[in-house]
Amino acid sequence: MRAIPALALLLASLASHAETPQQIRQIYVAEASSQQAGFTPSATRGDAFFRQRFASNDKMPACTSCHTDNPLNAGEHAVTGKSIKPLAVAANPARLSDPAKVEKWFGRNCKEVVGRACTPAEKADFVTFLSEVR
Amino acid sequence: MKRLLLIALLGSAFPALADRLPLPANAPASFTTECSSCHIAYQPALLQAADWRKLMAGLGDHFGSDATVDEKTGQEIGTFLERHAGSASRPGSAGNPPRITQTARFIRKHDEIPAKYWRDPRVKSAANCEACHPDAAKGSYSEHDISIRELRE
Repeated sequence: MRAIPALALLLASLASHAETPQQIRQIYVAEASSQQAGFTPSATRGDAFFRQRFASNDKMPACTSCHTDNPLNAGEHAVTGKSIKPLAVAANPARLSDPAKVEKWFGRNCKEVVGRACTPAEKADFVTFLSEVR
Repeated sequence: MKRLLLIALLGSAFPALADRLPLPANAPASFTTECSSCHIAYQPALLQAADWRKLMAGLGDHFGSDATVDEKTGQEIGTFLERHAGSASRPGSAGNPPRITQTARFIRKHDEIPAKYWRDPRVKSAANCEACHPDAAKGSYSEHDISIRELRE
């Protein structure tokens, strides 16, 4: 009987346990693969996407506008000046640990900087880049 | 004793000198996480309730950014902001869309700041309270710890 609350606690702690960058990458890879057979994520493509200038937003033409050209560095919001912790997992282990948070920021930033929603393939590449860059 | 009384009197006569707007202790976690990603989590007392309501209703285009939150989070943050909002007479109306920098209180408090400082690369934007008030996120807007030396006097 005493084991039941303990088990419930264990399950609760597992449920709220942070995901790993690999698990988050896998979510997007699975989604991309369903649209494009044989899809393999690429850190190189993710890197290029990170640096690409999209002609959508004057103040934030690229990811680098706020995140600097090195994801290992802290960034700064291009409009408000608020400091932003590094995007790269190697510099900031809290990154890519919460799928809902990752999806929220892809949602906002793709719309604002890229000017459209990002594709699952772009997200998979980007996540791969951020989890591997050193 | 007389001296204490005098201090107390002075304090109540110039409450604005304190310039402290601490964040109410019951702030929900969602308020801090959602509202401090792109700027400091501005204290609820900086706007009146009607202006917070207006602001929360327009998060889809929040000064050019998509700052939408899910319904439950929006409710939680909105309730907190309105409950601890500034009284209508203190910050004053903030315009539409509501901007803290358009309230009479903000304008009065900053009327001696020469225009060039608002364009200074260290400041970047009037939304960047911390450029001059290093402890703004903790609710301290005292004139005594302005981090831009030329503005300290």
